[in-house]
Amino acid sequence: MADIVLDKVSKSFPDGTVAVQDVDLEIADGEFVILVGPSGCGKSTTLNMIAGLEDISSGELRIAGQRVNDKAPRDRDIAMVFQSYALYPNMTVRENMAFPLRLAKLDKETINAKVDEAAKVLELTSLLDRKPANLSGGQRQRVAMGRAIVRQPKAFLMDEPLSNLDAKLRVQMRTVVSRLQKQLGTTTVYVTHDQTEAMTLGDRVVIMRGGAVQQVGPPQELYDHPRNLFVAGFIGSPSMNFLHAAVQDGSLRTALGDVPLGDRVRRELEAADAPRELILGIRPEHFEDAELIDDDTRRRGLEFDAPVEIVESMGSDKYVYFTVEGERASAAELEELAADAGSADFAGAGGNLVTRLSAESPVAEGQSRRVWFNLEKIHLFDPGTGRNLTLHEGRAAGALAD
Amino acid sequence: MAVETTTRAKLRWGLLDVLVVVFALIPVLWIASLSFKTPATLTDGKFFPREWTLDNYKTIFETDQFVRALINSIGIALIATLVAVVLGAMAAYAISRLDFPGKGLLVGVSLLIAMFPQVSLVSPLFEIERQLGLFDTWPGLILPYITFALPLAIYTLSAFFKQIPWDLEKAAKMDGATQAQAFRRVIAPLAAPGLFTTAILVFIFCWNDFLFAISLTSTERSRTVPAALSFFTGASQFEDPTGAICAAAVVITVPIILFVLFFQRRIVSGLTSGAVKG
Amino acid sequence: MTLPATPTDTAPEKSSASASVPTQRGSRRTAPLSENKKAERKLGWLLCAPAALVMVAVTAYPIIYSVWLSLQRYDLRFPDQREFIGLENYVTVLTNEFWWTAFGVTALITVVTVAVELVLGMGLALIMHRTLVGRGIVRTSALIPYGIVTVVAAFSWRYAWTPGTGYLADLFSDGAPLTERASSLAIIMLAEIWKTTPFMALLLMAGLALVPEDLLKAASTDGATAWQRFTKVMLPVMKPAILVALLFRTLDAFRVFDNIFVLTAGGNETSSVSMLAYNNLIRGLNLGIGSTMSVLIFITVAIIAFVFVKLFGTAAPGSDDGERR
Ligand SMILES: Nc1ncnc2c1ncn2[C@@H]1O[C@H](COP(=O)(O)OP(=O)(O)O)[C@@H](O)[C@H]1O
Ligand SMILES: [Mg+2]
Repeated sequence: MADIVLDKVSKSFPDGTVAVQDVDLEIADGEFVILVGPSGCGKSTTLNMIAGLEDISSGELRIAGQRVNDKAPRDRDIAMVFQSYALYPNMTVRENMAFPLRLAKLDKETINAKVDEAAKVLELTSLLDRKPANLSGGQRQRVAMGRAIVRQPKAFLMDEPLSNLDAKLRVQMRTVVSRLQKQLGTTTVYVTHDQTEAMTLGDRVVIMRGGAVQQVGPPQELYDHPRNLFVAGFIGSPSMNFLHAAVQDGSLRTALGDVPLGDRVRRELEAADAPRELILGIRPEHFEDAELIDDDTRRRGLEFDAPVEIVESMGSDKYVYFTVEGERASAAELEELAADAGSADFAGAGGNLVTRLSAESPVAEGQSRRVWFNLEKIHLFDPGTGRNLTLHEGRAAGALAD
Repeated sequence: MAVETTTRAKLRWGLLDVLVVVFALIPVLWIASLSFKTPATLTDGKFFPREWTLDNYKTIFETDQFVRALINSIGIALIATLVAVVLGAMAAYAISRLDFPGKGLLVGVSLLIAMFPQVSLVSPLFEIERQLGLFDTWPGLILPYITFALPLAIYTLSAFFKQIPWDLEKAAKMDGATQAQAFRRVIAPLAAPGLFTTAILVFIFCWNDFLFAISLTSTERSRTVPAALSFFTGASQFEDPTGAICAAAVVITVPIILFVLFFQRRIVSGLTSGAVKG
Repeated sequence: MTLPATPTDTAPEKSSASASVPTQRGSRRTAPLSENKKAERKLGWLLCAPAALVMVAVTAYPIIYSVWLSLQRYDLRFPDQREFIGLENYVTVLTNEFWWTAFGVTALITVVTVAVELVLGMGLALIMHRTLVGRGIVRTSALIPYGIVTVVAAFSWRYAWTPGTGYLADLFSDGAPLTERASSLAIIMLAEIWKTTPFMALLLMAGLALVPEDLLKAASTDGATAWQRFTKVMLPVMKPAILVALLFRTLDAFRVFDNIFVLTAGGNETSSVSMLAYNNLIRGLNLGIGSTMSVLIFITVAIIAFVFVKLFGTAAPGSDDGERR
C-alpha cells in the first residue's frame, strides 16, 4: 500500500496533442479517488501514466515516496482493471487470475490458495475452469477484478471498469467495487465519465477538462461548492439549470424575475472589470411547488409563474419541465457539457427549465404553475472565465450573502 | 406455412449448392480421371476411366525430371513462404501497432506491387539475373516470389494483427510481465493462427506461379512443376505425355486440396479480412 | 490529417474565454519527441525495412532498368548490334499489328471475364453467405478453383476440348475448338472465369458481411422485394467492396498468361500482351522489344488503376491512414 503523488505531470503526444497538463494530485494511502470528466479529457492518459503504460512528458510521479517516472509497469506493483477487461482469451479463469502470480514465481500451492480465495470473494469459484469467451459481461468484469486483487498490489487502477455493463449490473457492481475497496483498504484510482459513479464511489473526486484538473474534493463539496461553470454543470443529475442574467441596478434581471443581490456579490460585481452579463445556475432540486412551502422557507427564495411542459413522476418526486422565455445562457463550457451529454438530456442548453418538485405537488402538464426557488442555493458564473462568483473561500452561499 | 417455405427454401439452396460444387469440381475430377486411365482408354473421351491404372504415377516418380521439379517446387515455395511471412509479419506489426512516418508510403507501395503486371518484370529480371548469376537458380525464383507475396502477407497479417486485443499486452505488463513475456505468453498464442493462415495463402501463391518459373529458369536445376509440365515427355520420347502430365498435375493439386479441406475457414477469413478495411 | 483549430488559434480576442482551458491540439507541434516515441519510430522503420527493401529492389530497380532497355536495340542473338535508339522500339511496337491484336485480345478477355465474374461472383457470394444448407461444403469447393495451380486447370480444360480425348470436344461440330480463334478465346475465357470467380466471390462476400442484417429486415418490413433489397440496400453498402474487387480482378485479368500459354500457346491470334512480351523475350530473345512491351503494359495497368481510383473513387484497401490501433 502506498500513496501516489502527481507533481505537475503533463503528457503531450507526438502529434501535438496535449492530453494532460500540469496535473497536481496527492492521493493518500488507502484513499479511493475518482477521475471524472467528459470523453477525451485525459483521464485514461493520466491513469496510464500512473501505471507506467505511457511515459510522462514532464513532471514527477511518486509512489510511496519514490520517483517512478522511469520504472516499468512491472516494477511499480500496481494492478489495473481495463474497460475491455483484457482477459487472456486462451487461458481459463483460473489461469487468468493466476497469471500475475505465476509471473511473480510463486509456488503452485500459494497460487492456488490465493486464486481460490479471490474467487470466493468475487463469487467466481464455479467459473474457474471456463474460458472468458463463455462468460457473461458481469462475470468477465469480476474475473478482471479478481486478477487485480489476487496479488495484493500497492494500488488499483481502474479505467471505466463498469462502462461495458448494462445499467442494472453497473449499479450492482458499483457496490461490489466499493465494498471490496473498503475491505482491502488499497489505494485506488478509478476513472469514469459517469458522474453518478463519481459521486457514489470515491472519497474524493477529481474533475478534469481538456487535460487540466478543474476541482478536487469530496463529492458533496463539488456538489455544493463548484468552483466553476464546468464543475457545476458536470456534477448533479439532472444537471444544473443555467440562465442568462444581466446586472442592473444592484440586482439581476433573469427569466425567473429580478434576483436581489447580497453585499458581497454586489461588491464583487462593482469591480471595474466585472462582467455585466452573468450566468445564473440553479439545481433542479432547489425548486419547489410554491403551494407546498411554509412562510419561513418562502422568505429565503423567490417565486415565479411558468407554463408546465412535461411532468415525469418518479414516485418519490416529480421532474417538472417548464418553458421559460428569455435569452439563453451561453459559454464554451456549456456547449462542451451539452456535447458530452448528447445535448438531449441537458436542459441547461435548451430553453427549458428542469425542476424537481415534491411528489405531492398537483402540477399537471399544460397548466401554468407557481414555483419557488432557493436564493441561497444559486450560483453566479462569469461567462468569460467560467468562475463561480458566489464562491467565498471555497464556499458558495448564494446570491444574498453579506 | 413457415415450415413449408423453409423446406422449399432449403431445397432451392441445396440445388444451388450442388450446382456450385459440380462446377467447381469437374475440371479437377477430369484431370484426376485422365491420370488414372490406361494409355489404351486415354482417348476414349469418357469422363470416368473404364480401366484404372497407377502406371502414370509410377512413370513420373521414376523420371528424374518430375522428382527434381517437385523438389524445386516444394523447396522454393517453402523458403519463399517462410521469408515472406517473417518479413511480412515484421512490417504488419509495425503498420498495425506503431506510429512512424512513411507508414502510408509502405502501404501504398505494397498495394502497387499487388497490382503490378508481373510480365513487366520478366525482361529486366531475366537480364539482371543473368548478370548476377541468379538465372536458373532457386534464389532467382525465390526473390520475385517473396516480392509479390509480401503485399498479400502484409495485408492479411495487418488485418489479423488489428483484431488482436492489444490491451492484453498492457494487461500482461501490469500483471508483472516483461515485454518479452507479454509477447511470448499472451500475444504469440493469439497471433499464431493469423500467421498460419497467411503462410497457407502465400504458399498457394508461390506454388501457383508459372510466368516467372518458365522465364527465369532454363534447365531442370530450378524448374518448378508448373513450368516442367509443358516439357514433359512420356516414359519414352515417342509416347503421348498426356497421362504423365495429368498425374503430375494431380500430385501438385493434392496439397491444395488438403489445405482447402482442412483450413477452409481460415483461408476464407484470411482472404476476406484483407479485402475490407480494418 | 487536418487539425481542428482551437479558439486561441483563430480568435485572439476570445483568449480570455479559453485562458483556463489548455489548448488541446495544434500547439506544441515542436515539442521534442520523447525517447519512447523516437524508439517507436526507429522500431517501425527497422521492422519495415527488410520488406520494403526487397519489394523495391525486385520491382523498382528492374522497372527502371526495363525503361532503359526499351530505349535500346538489344537482341541477344545479335549482342554486338546493341545501341541506344531512343523511342524507336516504341514506334516499332505501336505500329505493329501483332501488338494491337494482342492488346485487343487482352482487353476483350479482361472486359468479358470481369463482367461475367462480377455477376457469377455475386451469385456465388450470396450462396456462400446465405445458403441454409451445406455452407461448409460450398465454401470448400469454391476454394478449389482459387487454390489450384492455374496451369493444372488449364491442362484439364485443354484435354477436355481435345478431339478424341475430351468429354467436351464433341460439343463443337467440327471437332477441334482449340484450333479456331473464336472458340479458343471462348475457352480461354471460360478457364479464366472458372479459376477466378471464387476469388471475386470471396471479396464480394467480405462486402456482404458488412450489410447489417437489421437493415435487410427493416427493408422487408418496409415492403421491399428481394430484388429491391438487393439493389437498394445491399449494393450501396457493398459498393466499396465491389469496386475493390473489380479493380483487383481487372488488373489481374489484364495479366492473363498461364491459360493462354497452355491452351493455345498464343496460336490463332489468341496471344495476350503478356504472352507477346514473353514470346519476344524468351523465345525471340529480343530484350529491347520485350522491354518496350513490358513498359507499355505497365503504363496501361497504371492507367487502369488511376481510372478506378480517380473516377470511381475506389478506396484502396489498407489506405485508412489516420486509423491507429
Ligand atoms: N496515442 C495517442 N496519440 C495522440 N493523441 C492521443 C493518444 N491517445 C490519446 N490521445 C488524445 O489525448 C486526449 C485524451 O485521451 P484519453 O486520456 O484517452 O481521454 P479519456 O480517457 O478522458 O476519454 C484525447 O484528445 C485523445 O485524442
Ligand atoms: Mg478513456
